[in-house]
Amino acid sequence: MGKRSVIPFGPQHPVLPEPIHLDLVVEDEKVVEAIPSVGFVHRGLESLVTKKDFNTMAYVAERTCGICSFMHGMGYCECVENMMGVEVPIRAKFLRTIWSEMSRVHSHLLWLGLLADGFGHENLFYQCWRIRERILDMLEMTTGGRCIFSVNQVGGVLKDIPDDMLKSIEEAITDIEAELKVVQKTLLYDYTVKSRLCGVGILTKEQAHDLGTVGPFMRASGIKSDMRLRGYDAYPYLDFEPITSDDCDCYARCDVRTREIFQAIDLIRQAIAKMPSETDLAVQVKDKPSGEYFMRVEQPRGEAVYYTKGNGSMFLDRMRIRTPTFANLPGLCETLKGADLADVGLLVITIDPCVSCTER
Amino acid sequence: MDNKCPENVLEVIQTSELLVKVMEKKKQGLRLAQACAAVTEGHTQLSYSFANDEDFGLTTLRIVLEDNEEVPSITEIIPYAFFYENEMKELFGVNIKMINLDYNNKLYRIEEDTPFLPKGKEEA
Repeated sequence: MGKRSVIPFGPQHPVLPEPIHLDLVVEDEKVVEAIPSVGFVHRGLESLVTKKDFNTMAYVAERTCGICSFMHGMGYCECVENMMGVEVPIRAKFLRTIWSEMSRVHSHLLWLGLLADGFGHENLFYQCWRIRERILDMLEMTTGGRCIFSVNQVGGVLKDIPDDMLKSIEEAITDIEAELKVVQKTLLYDYTVKSRLCGVGILTKEQAHDLGTVGPFMRASGIKSDMRLRGYDAYPYLDFEPITSDDCDCYARCDVRTREIFQAIDLIRQAIAKMPSETDLAVQVKDKPSGEYFMRVEQPRGEAVYYTKGNGSMFLDRMRIRTPTFANLPGLCETLKGADLADVGLLVITIDPCVSCTER
Repeated sequence: MDNKCPENVLEVIQTSELLVKVMEKKKQGLRLAQACAAVTEGHTQLSYSFANDEDFGLTTLRIVLEDNEEVPSITEIIPYAFFYENEMKELFGVNIKMINLDYNNKLYRIEEDTPFLPKGKEEA
């Protein structure tokens, strides 16, 4: 047995976009155990529920994350809508689906860029983020914001996407798809990239289930589950199958997310083609929320769980968000066991961590 | 709970039944999707939600606690529950015993004790 020592990793580290700390127990160059700790950016957003009424909390929920902000706002609104028995107009459901899938595309492209940067391929990082800008431009065009969109409200959405903009989106995603196919060749078939990702950070199907992982991290271990199949928003009207891989390693996570971008583009296309002509965007919500509800949506990083509990007043008793990264941290610690110290940064990135989300 | 959606099933149980019920859920192959605390009508209630990834069902075990009642940790059965339990302990002051990885109220590194507990309740 080699000499054991504990090496601190983070909260400041070149591969970390956000602060997380790991105590790595290493034996020579191999990680034996990893103990995570968070708590550097806890904001207490959930506790604002006692100070902001249930409508305003939609904007607070959106600020949980700067990447999947739209889906946080949407998940919260849908949780309250289900709790209150509010039926959202069909066009609002389609609009939410389009914005959700656009968010997924830009989130996955951001991650692919970070991954490329993590394994030392800076040009690939530039290319992914350059393509991502096109999506952000479209989000800005349709919502007015690039990070925070504020288009969700309890009862529907605040903005429509007119037909000419829908046409522009279709044209833009066709261009993006073509550009992505070029990048995909390097991401998935380049020898250097494969040698860095294949066989690294194995998480078996059984481990992925037993550790409660979610999202692409889970699907890359061969579990065919996707919350969109539950049938919220416009997903029941769209054709898609969860994308999985049986390789269970870092390459599989890259492969799954890359293919999910193409899937998201296809879903946007389907949603535009099937967009209802009705013009209602929201219903008026006059009641005060009571009861409770658990809502789950498939965010770019995986299943997010929203819980709201009302008391018949304008202020909720509780709003809770269980983010995907919160669920994926135990899985990350498992993949780190037995890993080379040099791969730790890469492995942390492959779960697509969002620490601000996690701490709320 | 209003079961407007069949995915939301609620089972109210006693604290003493928690470990047995959690073991049952695990044996059924369900995944712990979330656990959280909430304070309602002066009582702290804990919710442990288990997801079925095949039919998308979500079953929540609910316990309502008496003041400072001890709750056994479920990490003996579901080791990855330690994050959830540390959060409930730190933010709501839930008296959870024997968490396999106990951060001793320093998961979120906040200075205030039990910030999510209504004011006055912590002194009661």
